[in-house]
Amino acid sequence: MIELRHITKRFAGVSGSVEALRDVSLEIAAGEIFGVIGRSGAGKSTLIRCINLLERPTEGSVIVAGRDLTLLKAPALRAARRDIGMIFQHFNLLSARNVFDNVALPLELRGESRAAIKAKVEPLLELVGLADKAGRYPAQLSGGQKQRVGIARALATDPKVLLCDEATSALDPETTEQILALIKDIRDRLKLTVVLITHEMAVVKEIADRVAVMEQGRVIEQGKTFDVFTRPQHATTRSFVADQIGFALPPALEKRIAADPDHVHAGLWRILFTGPHADEPVIAALSRNLNIDLNILHGRIDEIQGRPFGVMVVQARGSEAQLTAARQFLATRQLHVEDLNHVVRPDRIAV
Amino acid sequence: MSSALIELLFDGLLETLVMVGVSGGIGAAFGIPLGVVLILTDRGGILQNVPLNRALGLIVNAARSTPFIILMVAVIPFTRLVVGTSIGTLAAVVPLTIAAIPFIARLVETALREVPAGLIEAAEAMGATPLQIVTKVLLPEALPGIIAGLTITLVSLIGYSAMAGAVGGGGLGDIGIRYGYQRFLPEVMLAVVAVLIVFVQGVQSLGDRLVRRLSHR
Repeated sequence: MIELRHITKRFAGVSGSVEALRDVSLEIAAGEIFGVIGRSGAGKSTLIRCINLLERPTEGSVIVAGRDLTLLKAPALRAARRDIGMIFQHFNLLSARNVFDNVALPLELRGESRAAIKAKVEPLLELVGLADKAGRYPAQLSGGQKQRVGIARALATDPKVLLCDEATSALDPETTEQILALIKDIRDRLKLTVVLITHEMAVVKEIADRVAVMEQGRVIEQGKTFDVFTRPQHATTRSFVADQIGFALPPALEKRIAADPDHVHAGLWRILFTGPHADEPVIAALSRNLNIDLNILHGRIDEIQGRPFGVMVVQARGSEAQLTAARQFLATRQLHVEDLNHVVRPDRIAV
Repeated sequence: MSSALIELLFDGLLETLVMVGVSGGIGAAFGIPLGVVLILTDRGGILQNVPLNRALGLIVNAARSTPFIILMVAVIPFTRLVVGTSIGTLAAVVPLTIAAIPFIARLVETALREVPAGLIEAAEAMGATPLQIVTKVLLPEALPGIIAGLTITLVSLIGYSAMAGAVGGGGLGDIGIRYGYQRFLPEVMLAVVAVLIVFVQGVQSLGDRLVRRLSHR
């Protein structure tokens, strides 16, 4: 549905030109929710604006629904933009228009009749749960309600693509969840392709089918959300993922382990629960069958894209032979084990 | 207060109303589009054209820096061309209008600048044409600010119109100067000032009320 080919974007800055995007190529399939994550300044905002050409790439082509937008003249581009809805971090609603008229705006721009607009806007307000707020002005709405108006407005022209520019970053966690659920629901119902950029890994985990990680204008890693979360390849991705899935040892815990002189004799393992055996009572089996003491220090069990995933940090006390046997046992269950003893030093933070 | 004085003040008020109303109206008709053009052609505007923007900015500044009394005399040939005479209320309308246009243009420009860039971006993302962005987004969103600007303009024009006596334009200010100052009739001066205060108050509170009504921020 969306294909970005070798996109480079340079801005003229005070001290020479700045490269916001460097040779970015992405393919986003129809019906997919594609997340782009990066810290501020990574180029994700420029990237999403290149999809509807709010920013024109310096090099490269943008193909949406089979058409190269960079080749279109202004009127054709405006028509193409009507197939691409967009919602924004700060909602960008017109303060002088009430909810109904805000949602009606893209239809007015297209020259629809008042009757056609009414027939379109009312079901949309129903869809986003604001049917009773049609006459309110944006200033009278909460953040979540404003974003619902934004979503209804973006959907008014029946787009094939929905671009979400930090759409939940100005919302509290609970509202974020509701808006994400709404976006997911709309994707399922309307078979939309959704691209969302965010700096919050939680958003990606909640909603994205696939994710690309950006840093300094480049895509440094991309793949299915589950894979990126469970097997992050790049250091930046790892740090993004760390807080989300309990990858990082809490610093206090790390200090406690380091202070214990005996810790070097015990196994300190981070076990990743993925794959077919992720659901099994592995820890209990390990302890019972091999008769070793397992001390669970830290852990988190979660679900990403409907698949179970857990991280557990355990300290295993036993003989050398017992510990080796335990690791073999875990290996047969296809669980990834990482030795953490070497990282527990006061002078570094384990990631 | 004698009936003659009341009649005098009434005529003066009427002349002031004509001068301020006509010049304000025509000033807005030219000044609002000029303000829009200034915003659109500015660096980063949706129809960026820096040379045009600079040129217009220069003209606007030149007009605004000319003292009104000098402007009024300087444009006399133009005034004669437009209204056929250089004396009288209508003749005073011409320089007042010329003074109002750049004044309104700058105030409108400022009001339009207050419209968040995100709204223009959103409209562009919806496929709006530049004209649609102006009519559907910029002007409606800036309307309270534009009304506030027009209110300031009207009050300023009331002040300027006092100088219209110099070209026989009449009006309240002229009465104040001729009767109150030159003929030493302090009660006329006082009456003129009182009427002007009420007039300005009226314009200002009407403007404020409109702004409140229109603003949904």
